Amino acid sequence: MKVFVPVKRVVDYNVKVRVKSDGTGVDLANVKMSMNPFDEIAIEEAVRLKEAGVATEVVAISCGTAASQETLRTALAIGADRAILVETDADVQPLAVAKLLKALVDKEGPQLVILGKQAIDDDSNQTGQMLAALLGWSQATFASKVVIAGGKAAVTREVDGGLETLELTMPAVVTTDLRLNEPRYATLPNIMKAKKKPLDTFKPADLGVDVAPRLTTLKVVEPAKRQAGIKVADVAQLLDKLKNEAKVI
Amino acid sequence: MAVLVIAEHDNAALKAATRNTVTAAARLGGDIHVLVAGSGCTGAAQAAAQLAGVAVVKVADAAHYADQTAENLAALIVAQKAGYTHILAASTSQGKNTMPRVAALLDVAQISDIVAIEDADTFVRPIYAGNALATVRSGDAVKVVTVRTTAFDAAGQGGGAKIEAIAAAPDAGVAKLLGRELTKSARPELAAAKIVVSGGRGMGSGENYHKVLEPLADKLGAALGASRAAVDAGFVSNDYQVGQTGKIVAPQLYIAVGISGAIQHLAGMKDSKVIVAINKDPDAPIFQVADYGLVADLFQAVPELVTAL
Ligand SMILES: Cc1cc2nc3c(=O)[nH]c(=O)nc-3n(C[C@H](O)[C@H](O)[C@H](O)COP(=O)(O)OP(=O)(O)OC[C@H]3O[C@@H](n4cnc5c(N)ncnc54)[C@H](O)[C@@H]3O)c2cc1C
Ligand SMILES: Nc1ncnc2c1ncn2[C@@H]1O[C@H](COP(=O)(O)O)[C@@H](O)[C@H]1O
Repeated sequence: MKVFVPVKRVVDYNVKVRVKSDGTGVDLANVKMSMNPFDEIAIEEAVRLKEAGVATEVVAISCGTAASQETLRTALAIGADRAILVETDADVQPLAVAKLLKALVDKEGPQLVILGKQAIDDDSNQTGQMLAALLGWSQATFASKVVIAGGKAAVTREVDGGLETLELTMPAVVTTDLRLNEPRYATLPNIMKAKKKPLDTFKPADLGVDVAPRLTTLKVVEPAKRQAGIKVADVAQLLDKLKNEAKVI
Repeated sequence: MAVLVIAEHDNAALKAATRNTVTAAARLGGDIHVLVAGSGCTGAAQAAAQLAGVAVVKVADAAHYADQTAENLAALIVAQKAGYTHILAASTSQGKNTMPRVAALLDVAQISDIVAIEDADTFVRPIYAGNALATVRSGDAVKVVTVRTTAFDAAGQGGGAKIEAIAAAPDAGVAKLLGRELTKSARPELAAAKIVVSGGRGMGSGENYHKVLEPLADKLGAALGASRAAVDAGFVSNDYQVGQTGKIVAPQLYIAVGISGAIQHLAGMKDSKVIVAINKDPDAPIFQVADYGLVADLFQAVPELVTAL
């Protein structure tokens, strides 16, 4: 069974982004970029499936600028076998990414696609579900456990009220939640090996996909700042403030 | 012109999130229809019909809607699309699971987690863990939208919508529910509570978390929440997590205990009306958003607070 893992290059989760003063977006100049944390978990899960003999090949895919090669090399260092870059300078929104991924699925026939649940830059939480819809596949989002056997995937999902477990008929799309696994660190020898693994590049047009954005960003602003608060001396003062100043208890 | 709201419910009753979504729908103008898909869901349908502003409740009652799987819900919603300019659901785990599937089947973008509506095509949504607010315009014929419930008030009662039965769509039969482990609690629902008490890694253990925070939550009638670190360490289950990738809350009062205030946590609670932080580290970032900060050992301060209340 071949497994696809789409990975996105995003601003590192430790960076607090700054909104540009002209309101056109956030300032990405000289900002540290990394693989979306949920996608690291997705790669780790796919590699574990391969190590367990369930998967035969793990293919990492990224849609974005040439710089996304770096993200793909990270995926290869964690243990993906090969990588595909769909290279474009356009702002690829979730529907476009889902269409690009569908075109690659149609070409290569994986039985499982594992994505992150959410990219931490656009916070869309859409791509996996959209891909499942376009393929007509079953889906299990927000996975915290995945067991594959006998053409079925039993996936435990983190939902608002707790957990639920679904049994999906394969092929299927799974999106990862934080507690699915703890991704390994890429070792130096594996980072070296990753440099030699195959990385193919396509353009959206090669896949026959129109990636024109459907949403236009009119402006980006900083959210209203909270008024600076105070430090209280002790529990008695805290209680007094909550009762008599804030009047919330 | 009409707006379709996808109800969230447990067949017997409507979830609170649906009421906030109806308020968002009312901002768009036009008739509001609510779709209730379930199995034996008359109770939920009747509750939806009583919401102020709702004109029609469409009910699809069939066994294969019992588990609310995305495959079946999305197929039904798409079959009902005619006449709607917007399709809205709450940005809950169910809405997030289902609506992108609907959008892709309609070949339109989804607008996720909106916090404001500028006009019928233009919406405001947080990006980068709420560190920026983007105003986006959609050119698509139908807008598929998920709504951040804390940004819209709950719709009131007093409506008298017509209830219409509609045909179920075929069962896709590709996903089967094996089981649910839902947290049972007499406390208010985290996302809708007026007061939230949250604990972080500073609690030290699950035992401490419960021993120290439950008496406080009991006295305040509060919901309990947690940071990711507390959930990862196994102090409490995943449904307690507040943050960018957990639940978004905006209560009247949020009390953060032993939580440092990472941006991902702040993303889930910084719109609370009043924030209290109890942390022994005077430089913890949580104090930058706290209205009232108490630098103290939580194991002393919290029991003291409980006694004083
Ligand atoms: C992709 C991604 C998504 C994430 N999503 C979320 C999310 O949704 N929600 C979330 O919360 N986090 C999220 N995180 C994690 C986040 O980055 C932080 O790691 C996490 O919030 C830290 O939790 P904490 O504040 O409990 O722990 P810590 O940062 O370890 O803070 C513990 C605090 O407790 C205090 N303390 C310790 N002992 C005591 C005592 N006896 N008395 C008083 N104070 C004490 C310490 O001073 C410290 O400030 C995410 C991370 C990633 C990468
Ligand atoms: N440009 C991209 N390239 C590759 N994968 C992507 C891209 N955008 C999104 N994804 C995948 O889709 C998931 C959800 O992203 P989103 O829907 O944007 O929140 C991510 O965690 C990735 O696995």
